[in-house]
Amino acid sequence: MSARTLYDKIWESRLVAADEDETILYVDLHLLYEVTSPQAFSGLRAARRGVRRPDLTLAVGDHGVPTSNQAAGIAGVPDAAVRAQLAALEANAAAHAIELYPLGDARNGIVHVVGPEQGRTAPGMIIVCGDSHTSTHGAFGALAFGIGASDVEHVLATQTVRLRKLKNMQVRFHGRCGPGVSAKDMALALIGALGADGGAGHVIEYCGDAVSGLSMEARMTLCNMSIEAGARAGLIAPDESTFAYLRATPAWRTRTDYADALIAWRGLRSDADAHWDRVVDIECSTIEPCVTWGTSPDQVVAIGGAAPEPARIPDPTRRASAVRALAYMGLAPSQPLAGLPIDRVFIGSCTNGRIEDLRAVAEIVAGRRVASGVRAMVVPGSGLVRRRAEAEGLDKIFLAAGFEWREPGCSMCLGMNADKAAPGERVASTSNRNFEGRQGRGARTHLMSPAMAAAAAIAGALVDVRLLAPAPARIMESA
Amino acid sequence: MTLSFIRSVAVPLPLANVDTDQILPKQFLTTLERNGLAAGLFYDLRFDDRGEPRADFVMNHPAYAGAEVLIAGANFGCGSSREHAAWALADFGLKCVIAPSFGEIFRSNCTNNAILPAALRGEEVVTLLAQVGAGALSIDIAAQTIEAPSGETFRFALSSNEKRKLLNGFDDIALTLRYVAEIEAFEGKRGGMRQP
Repeated sequence: MSARTLYDKIWESRLVAADEDETILYVDLHLLYEVTSPQAFSGLRAARRGVRRPDLTLAVGDHGVPTSNQAAGIAGVPDAAVRAQLAALEANAAAHAIELYPLGDARNGIVHVVGPEQGRTAPGMIIVCGDSHTSTHGAFGALAFGIGASDVEHVLATQTVRLRKLKNMQVRFHGRCGPGVSAKDMALALIGALGADGGAGHVIEYCGDAVSGLSMEARMTLCNMSIEAGARAGLIAPDESTFAYLRATPAWRTRTDYADALIAWRGLRSDADAHWDRVVDIECSTIEPCVTWGTSPDQVVAIGGAAPEPARIPDPTRRASAVRALAYMGLAPSQPLAGLPIDRVFIGSCTNGRIEDLRAVAEIVAGRRVASGVRAMVVPGSGLVRRRAEAEGLDKIFLAAGFEWREPGCSMCLGMNADKAAPGERVASTSNRNFEGRQGRGARTHLMSPAMAAAAAIAGALVDVRLLAPAPARIMESA
Repeated sequence: MTLSFIRSVAVPLPLANVDTDQILPKQFLTTLERNGLAAGLFYDLRFDDRGEPRADFVMNHPAYAGAEVLIAGANFGCGSSREHAAWALADFGLKCVIAPSFGEIFRSNCTNNAILPAALRGEEVVTLLAQVGAGALSIDIAAQTIEAPSGETFRFALSSNEKRKLLNGFDDIALTLRYVAEIEAFEGKRGGMRQP
């Protein structure tokens, strides 16, 4: 057999049939949430079809949920339309015997935080969800990608997806990131280098010593943003870090077949002589803390950089987009990013809403105060992340610094609930998309790492986290 | 729903990376069904802060009223997987988007909703954009061709399943359920319950 990539191997292991130029692949885990599933269930009802494998399906409420008063359950959700979507999810899950984590349950949270945290995500799986950031689960060596609601209906009815095979791209991160540089910066630097459609038609496998050295949570951040480079999925071969993470999850703590699973998982890696359609090499020592200046995630520079000079962009469509982005963002051509005053800070999302992200923020803000006039919020990725942060005392650090400590959900990443920025407000955000209007009509989003967003909260402006004096708490410790 | 021929003027929207948040903003995502989304299409671009149509937005120009074709820049429909974007386009009466490239999830959402995502080379898109005022385009899905007002003809690619769905209105689920024996065989081979 010829040499194969990890993507090739997962593809072949889940192959059910070929139909015309598409392949029917078996789905191991289907994640549902309230926004992109009611239409699928309606379709099933209209066609008198059932759910083939409720046991391989898990439902959470995350996109529109309020980030306060969740203990009141669905009845306590102020927005009637969101309430109706959450109620529909609960009714559909109950009608088809699908497991659901209710609003207010500690296990509930952002779908891409919950799946790994519960150990439902595992190597070698095909995982789908009606959400583009499903690529997050690729951190475990699963082939995971977003689908539309019609395809959600297809998976519910058949437990399969129809796909055409994509090309293989290998992205190799070499060496070590400097202080203040995180997986978020690796992702943003890559997207800047590839462009928002540079990964189109490919599945990315992240390789290299810098990737092996990342924690599972950092790997999730990296895989999460594959879609922002146009790649439908990103994955990382499972290794000892993956196995140790999974062994500690609720699903795997008690399973008796862990040893057998481990044998299968260890084989999940690309062959040394596998063919790559494209290889990209990035030296981590060249990556600096990044911040986006525009309205597409590839409009990104190092914090020491500046907005572009559109006159120097040769392609007319891209030039027009840059002009439009600068106007929307309220920036002049060549304007430096550092020092730009901000109004809001959002810490959270499926990109950066996990415990390590919260620890990184706490480390910066401990003993400091959010700048006056800045509204800053921390939204944990799940109820369990929230609980753990509280056990570590992080909530007290956030509250003492002047952050709001919220309940879990997608929140201000997409502003489907009340957590929105006002027109013209500038947001330092740890989320994944700086699209026009994403965080509120007219809101101006700058994407960055948790440490950078924390530093911006303290400074009241975009700032290089490496230039911030050591936190007072740390000075006290070393004294 | 089937789609085989389109003859229409085209609306030009020559911007790169038009994401699905632009096509249908989040405030329209809180619905339970697939219909009724036309009012939200390109909402922030089409309407000002008071909800009045923006005179300077191309789709509000009377010359493009009833247009069934949109011409856009590269990576159209990138970002969120929300099929609501495709539903809103369809609900508005758009049947085809021409662009140099598309977000991949958006592309399949289009073909699942009788919308043709026609990818042409960048220079071909530029040629079509230059002729938007010169008359209608003719699009033939079976032949996979777009005829410009000038008479120039460009060819777009479709996978055979995309083409079969657009021309016949097939539903993927019905197509896949013809392979239910293969699905059962796969499940049998792996054992019944949750797998590692």
